[in-house]
Amino acid sequence: MSPVILVSLAVMVLALCLAFVRLFRGPTLPDRVVALELFSSILVGIIGVIAIATDVPSLLDVAIVMALMAFMAAIGFARFLERGGPRDD
Amino acid sequence: MIETLEGGLILAGALFMFLAALGVLRMPDLLTRMHATTKAATLGTALIMLAVALHFAEVAVVARAFGVILFIMMTAPVAAHVIGRAGYIVGARLWAGTVKDELKPHFDPLTRDLKSGAPAEEHERRPPDEPDAS
Repeated sequence: MSPVILVSLAVMVLALCLAFVRLFRGPTLPDRVVALELFSSILVGIIGVIAIATDVPSLLDVAIVMALMAFMAAIGFARFLERGGPRDD
Repeated sequence: MIETLEGGLILAGALFMFLAALGVLRMPDLLTRMHATTKAATLGTALIMLAVALHFAEVAVVARAFGVILFIMMTAPVAAHVIGRAGYIVGARLWAGTVKDELKPHFDPLTRDLKSGAPAEEHERRPPDEPDAS
């Protein structure tokens, strides 16, 4: 693996850790949903970089499915919250 | 030439994703966090997918990479809008330095009624003497 790929993977894993901190202590549920969205975006990026590193183009399908699932999850969480999720203030 | 361009795209994408994660960690409230993550993470993913398209340079892979970019650019604003709206309705607290909250006079936090700007139609649509059971 070239150093560029290693460095970018390290940076993205660091980004995942920061997003996990927000997911862990986010004060409200929408904050956690935002952190999950960010998780999925970073995972799509990581899968893309790994597809480059291993020369396996089929991994892009995994990235597509990942993006799709994240969108559905966000819509589902938002519907759940609007239809009477816990109110906090 | 292609490889240096590709490396630059990968590094820029990773950097933008790191910025998005930093924003989601450091920003003070829900809407500013979404402002940080949605745009920066979308740009980072798009840059990395461009690098993938450059690296493989086959029709099928390039089409798939651009499909991912298009999909993310279409769904990220929708998801952000929906989450932001849900957060406002649930009552996520805004930052103390918020200058303007234009939704506040139109939204009743107890009944979760969101009124539009037109006040005339509103009384016609509601039944006159419905007990307020909600």
